[in-house]
Amino acid sequence: MVDITKTFGEVVANDKVSLEIRHGEILALLGENGSGKTTLMNTLSGIYLPEGGQIYVCDKKVSITSPKDAFELGIGMIHQHFKLVNLLSAAENIILGLNEHKLIDLKRVRAAVREICDKYGFAIDPDKKVYDMSVSEKQTLEIVKVLYRGADILILDEPTAVLTPQETEKLFAVMRNMKEDGKAIVIITHKLHEVMEISDRVAVLRKGRYIGDIPTCDTCIQQLTEMMVGRAVSLNIDRPACKDGCERLVVKNLTVIDKDGVKKLDNVSFTACGGELLGIAGISGSGQKELLEAIAGLQPAQPGASILFTPVPGRPATELAGKSPRDIKRLGVSLAFVPEDRLGMGLVGSMDLPDNMMLRSYSEGPGFFTNRQEPQRLAKTVVEELEVVTPSLYTPVRKLSGGNVQKVLVGREISSAPSLLMTAYAVRGLDINTSYTIYHLLNKQKERGAAVIYVGEDLDVLLELCDRILVLCAGRISGIVDGRNTTKEEVGLMMTHLSGRCDNVG
Amino acid sequence: MSVDKVREPFVRISKRASIELWRSWLFRAAALFASLVVCGVIIFALTGLNPVRVYAAMFSGAFGTVKRSWVTIRDLMMLLCISVGLAPAFKMRFWNIGAEGQILAGGIVSAALMIYAGNSIPLVPLLMLMFLASAAAGAVWGLIPGVFKAVWNANETLFTLMMNYIAIQVTSYFVALWENPYGSNTVGVINQLSKGGWFPAIFGQMYLLNVIIVLALTILMYLYLRYSKQGYEIAVVGESENTARYAAINVRKVVIRTMLISGAICGVAGFIAVAGAGHTISTSTAGGKGFVAIIVAWLSKFNTLVMVLISGLLVFLDKGAVQIASQFDLNDFVSEMITGIILFFILGSEFFINFKVRFRGRIKEAGK
Repeated sequence: MVDITKTFGEVVANDKVSLEIRHGEILALLGENGSGKTTLMNTLSGIYLPEGGQIYVCDKKVSITSPKDAFELGIGMIHQHFKLVNLLSAAENIILGLNEHKLIDLKRVRAAVREICDKYGFAIDPDKKVYDMSVSEKQTLEIVKVLYRGADILILDEPTAVLTPQETEKLFAVMRNMKEDGKAIVIITHKLHEVMEISDRVAVLRKGRYIGDIPTCDTCIQQLTEMMVGRAVSLNIDRPACKDGCERLVVKNLTVIDKDGVKKLDNVSFTACGGELLGIAGISGSGQKELLEAIAGLQPAQPGASILFTPVPGRPATELAGKSPRDIKRLGVSLAFVPEDRLGMGLVGSMDLPDNMMLRSYSEGPGFFTNRQEPQRLAKTVVEELEVVTPSLYTPVRKLSGGNVQKVLVGREISSAPSLLMTAYAVRGLDINTSYTIYHLLNKQKERGAAVIYVGEDLDVLLELCDRILVLCAGRISGIVDGRNTTKEEVGLMMTHLSGRCDNVG
Repeated sequence: MSVDKVREPFVRISKRASIELWRSWLFRAAALFASLVVCGVIIFALTGLNPVRVYAAMFSGAFGTVKRSWVTIRDLMMLLCISVGLAPAFKMRFWNIGAEGQILAGGIVSAALMIYAGNSIPLVPLLMLMFLASAAAGAVWGLIPGVFKAVWNANETLFTLMMNYIAIQVTSYFVALWENPYGSNTVGVINQLSKGGWFPAIFGQMYLLNVIIVLALTILMYLYLRYSKQGYEIAVVGESENTARYAAINVRKVVIRTMLISGAICGVAGFIAVAGAGHTISTSTAGGKGFVAIIVAWLSKFNTLVMVLISGLLVFLDKGAVQIASQFDLNDFVSEMITGIILFFILGSEFFINFKVRFRGRIKEAGK
């Protein structure tokens, strides 16, 4: 790829980027959010058409105007969000969209799929329906699909974001096998230790420009971060000691059954203390969302549950179970919640910053009309203190980048000086710089004496940041461990098995 | 795979990040102009008439005489009133296509008061009573689908549509009941001699009260949606119910309250149609305006001040079209064709406002 330029309106996503992808090599593509990694790879796989530049495949000048062109050139992309048809089986998904002008010979497809699986060490059942598959199986299917179409150049966009450590290991083994076979592989990821583990070469993008590439064995995490961010960054996550220690939130026997009658949480009990950062780990969909939403009053808890919340130490506790968000608000309890779905729950995408600031407080104050001065002041403060990048205060938040959207949301929730702060995947999709800003903010709340609950997916971060980690497995607590003396493997194991281990720490 | 095979697509479409206000209105004006040119060509091709004369006739149809101008304004206010009524519901993404029924509900109540109390209660209290009663009737007609939506999540589009047919049947019943003269199957002009319950002329203008009521509603609705706490709740519920629940908003209450308001204003439109314009009631009192108002609401993006312009344009087109149909001995279809072409262009201009289109050849220059 030489001098690729791609613009969206006035935004230059890729500015004269040149990149070389070699056969028999795993190339890691690094960069902060919005640095143009995905755009560049989408250009290669025919989803976007570049405004300038030229792509060569095997020294031949080519033009890729559609994903079909890319397939013909042997380029295949595995997207972050899977593109599979749930109702079809694995084999049917593989041949979907292949216009072969003859009857579908599923038997031949199955045989070919088995062959690919054996060659690279996949495990996949061609007849299994997609809706029965786990996230990791779906990802495997996406890779097999691309290989079946004869791809020699594979692009994986953040493949490990949804996997457990064990599944990630499996994926890396497959990637190594494919490398041995002479395939060219590009992996986009935010996790630097994975880059060090799997890749042969690293290419770094920053703000749409190509910074450089370097063999992985000649570099270290610190150097890569500096290349990405453009300046030296401290990579240590602080973990201030716990203070205070009074019980802020005592959850007992919490069971949640969702609208479809599925038991999402099964008899969960735990305590969160003031001045403590409690991490919650688990494979996505293990009940994390329901846990936080039940505390916030958004999910009805089954009878028998008790959620005792002590806003001020020494005062009597308030029962939150069975209360709606409005009831909780009326109690005057300051409970901050950063939900997983930022634009679908935490913020209103079409509204500007001040209007979003007043989402939780709009009804306060006398009179029929809203007071917009206070939120305006708050919006200005949040923008300044958290360095939110926005064209103006009056830009709809939907138009901001993911990291800035999250800063707006976290900024608002922290502004209420909460005694309990709950965050769900607070750094999902955020780059290193912004992630560290968020960690720092959480630590500040913890030092203020708030109980902070952090639902996370990156185990390295959980282990570095949290005082205690509660591990969920299929809606049940498989253990609560001390973040200071537990290994990633132990937590990973607890995520998939109910071990029963429970450290009495805290 | 051929070497050096570099293809460019013929057109490229990309979403605009933003567009200046003057530019977007320039696009809309250009669309209006282009549609007039296309209509002109078609009129000339089909009938051989001079299009400029046809357009002059259209203008004369809408504003040719003082009386015509006032009729145009009366109809404009009617359409505007219904559109303003739809605004809160649509802003909440509640597709109230039941304005027709809500208008009729208000209209029946107004007509009943005119018939039974028109000659016994003094005019001003009577009009106030009619205003409130018709608003209440419209509100009830809007409340029913609102409650079903809020409590059982019933599809509001079908529900409000079906409520229209019920309202039409109820109207038929009352038309038969109030038939005058006997055997005509119409209600006829109510209180023709006493003018009981008719809008009084203000400064000699028959329709000035219509203008005052509707413009007041338009401005109040604008303030309500933009600055009130309830308006804020409507916007949040419209965007996402999850966000609304997160923000501790009682979604059911907001849905029901908003449909009460929406229905009430449509009911007032029925009151104006009966007491301020037709002075009678029939199944065609709403006359499809409840559906035209949907177009107005969408084109104005639920901004009630912009609705004044859009309803003005639609009413002007309608009046002008009727005029050319009679003046040049063309039938109604020509007028509908013209309206259709103009709307097509205006709706099409939204595409160019939201997207940038570039043709092959110019891309290379841009790339260099």
